[in-house]
Amino acid sequence: MGSSLFQGKDLTCIRGGRTVFLGLNFNLAKGQALVLEGPNGSGKSSLIRMLSGLVRPRFGKLVWQEQDATKDPEIFQKHIHYIGHRNAIKPVLTVLENLAYWSGKTKDDPGLEDALDHFRMLPLKHTPANLLSSGQSRRLTLSRLLASERSVWLLDEPSVGLDVASVSLLEEVIKTHRLKGGSVIFATHSPIQVENPDRLNLQDYSPLYNKELLEIENDEESWI
Amino acid sequence: MKAFLNIVSRDLRLALRQKSDLTMAVLFFILTAMLFPFGLGPEPNLLARIAPGIIWVTALLAVLLSLERLFLADYEDGSLEQLILSSTSLEIAVLAKVLAHWLTTGLPLILAAPLIALLFNMDSDAMTILLIAMVLGTPSLSLIGAIAATLTLGARRGGVLIPLLVLPLYIPTLIFGVGAIDAAMNSLEAGAVIANARPHLLLLGAILLVSLLITPLAGAAALRQSVE
Repeated sequence: MGSSLFQGKDLTCIRGGRTVFLGLNFNLAKGQALVLEGPNGSGKSSLIRMLSGLVRPRFGKLVWQEQDATKDPEIFQKHIHYIGHRNAIKPVLTVLENLAYWSGKTKDDPGLEDALDHFRMLPLKHTPANLLSSGQSRRLTLSRLLASERSVWLLDEPSVGLDVASVSLLEEVIKTHRLKGGSVIFATHSPIQVENPDRLNLQDYSPLYNKELLEIENDEESWI
Repeated sequence: MKAFLNIVSRDLRLALRQKSDLTMAVLFFILTAMLFPFGLGPEPNLLARIAPGIIWVTALLAVLLSLERLFLADYEDGSLEQLILSSTSLEIAVLAKVLAHWLTTGLPLILAAPLIALLFNMDSDAMTILLIAMVLGTPSLSLIGAIAATLTLGARRGGVLIPLLVLPLYIPTLIFGVGAIDAAMNSLEAGAVIANARPHLLLLGAILLVSLLITPLAGAAALRQSVE
């Protein structure tokens, strides 16, 4: 694999007084796909939110292209595209208006229609978003990935609510993105097929599931 | 600048499509102010005397009513996270949202104010000063209220917390807003109206400038905190 694009060193996340994960390392290269695995509550979403810069790591370092970005997430924020559990869709706006707003483009920009077309949403472009089904809302959210170009995609359970055909559309889009040198990190419980992915199991870093870590955590607490 | 206008136009479009949000504050303002003549009796002198206070207090409560929805919908549907991650500076985004809030709440109140002033038998000089004072004062109400709206995101029953945070901070605007109109009504010579109201109006302007400076910084910090 090529040189390191995005790196995490010894990351620790503490939320509401509970250690979600500790001592986590990862290394993301251009074109790489990193799949986050682990049972519920092992910190997949927390890690994705941390990599998007929404949550700061309690300990550890985030490095973007050899540059320490722990204190200043804006360094990498303009290169990432985060898609969380919530779709950020305004029900009273149409499909096209929703997409135009988030991509910062005008409604007549051809890139928007292409993006909608990829996820088979083009026939619905003038439909108000409150009439969409949950799978269609998800597809609208995913088409944002194509409407604005970012090199790293952070996807938190992107396939929730999608039917089999739509999941394969997503797989195709991820494949094209990687061929163009983009990287993707995603968490999922349902299988999303990508070519030679790297896997990171958060269970190994979560004190909830890994009893050895519990002792380290207690030591660390007494040390604090 | 483009991103600023993008947010303003989106919020305006959202408000126009959900007309209940748009009309609620101004209807509350008109109806509440109209209750006072019924409660106090038809005494033109008394009504004219207390009109400035009533108009300002009801306007302030109308703004208060609309504050919760300023950021809550964006917070709940995930738009706020995307806004924080977007390349737009969050301080600019806060200002854009406040401007959209003022255009959909403060501006309709200013347009409705002459109607209430007529109802209370206010003379034309006082009405002019009332309008100037509201143009200077209502943006401060939106700006100060926005800080409270951002701080209460994620708090359970945040809507109840907003009045507790915001009402004390609205007192200076209320005092100088009413003071300006009182000064105009109490001036004996016709030419002295503006001169008498001037210090109050200047102070309203000062409050506006200070809140213009503080709100983007405090609001953006509170928004970043709310999504952690």
